Amino acid sequence: MIFSAMVAQNVAFWVIAVAMLYAGLRVVTTRNVVHAALYLVVVLAGAAALFLLLGSEFVGITQVLIYIGAIIVLFLFGIMLTRAPMGKEKSLDHPRKLPALLAAVIVGGVTIYSVLDYFGDEQLPRESRTTTREVADSIFSEYIIAFEAVSVLLLAALIGAIVVARKE
Amino acid sequence: MYVSQFGVLAAVLFAIGVYGILVRRNGILVLMSVELILNSVNINLVAFGALRDTIAGEVFALFVITVAAAEVGVGLAIVLLIYRNRRSVDLSEVDLMKG
Repeated sequence: MIFSAMVAQNVAFWVIAVAMLYAGLRVVTTRNVVHAALYLVVVLAGAAALFLLLGSEFVGITQVLIYIGAIIVLFLFGIMLTRAPMGKEKSLDHPRKLPALLAAVIVGGVTIYSVLDYFGDEQLPRESRTTTREVADSIFSEYIIAFEAVSVLLLAALIGAIVVARKE
Repeated sequence: MYVSQFGVLAAVLFAIGVYGILVRRNGILVLMSVELILNSVNINLVAFGALRDTIAGEVFALFVITVAAAEVGVGLAIVLLIYRNRRSVDLSEVDLMKG
């Protein structure tokens, strides 16, 4: 019973991981701006599914609400307002791709090496559910100052975005 | 599940985001690549929080999500302003401060 649950978890992980990696690659390679936003939805939904797989229900739901519900809509509005070409577009990418690819491979390689070196065979605990109540308790006691700082930051960003984007 | 599964997936997504930031010229696509990077960080935070059985990972993932929302708001406002001034969002044309 426990064994089959572990197998199911692993199968779910690999399905989600492959979908996320393919969609992530398409976000940075597709020639259509709207398609990039829609592939980004797949990556964000995959991350939400991973959070649920790890037992973090509140973060998973917040990911869906804020990222897929709000940020993607913001992106689509940005695409429409800047009248980015809706069809295929040739000049989306920088012509010299090799240095960028080299930098990405070095960053990824070093990170993967260090992760495998330090955490190569550490298993996640089988039961690691955290409830919304625990998260709320933690935010409003231990991390209350960070929470207030983030609130002020959001307000500042809101006012800043209005001031910057307003027509004179 | 091994924690390194999540770590390696997050590292690959991070590298994809770095590649996107360096190679894209459209301002909105660069912001999307930043979102890829922030998401890979969130995956790491939640996975290592589960490994060490602490709630701090989740709390900080929530903070990262909030900061990402603020960042996209301001970033898109700036891209909009660039578009209004130059009629394009091509970041390689924004080189006023180039020495």
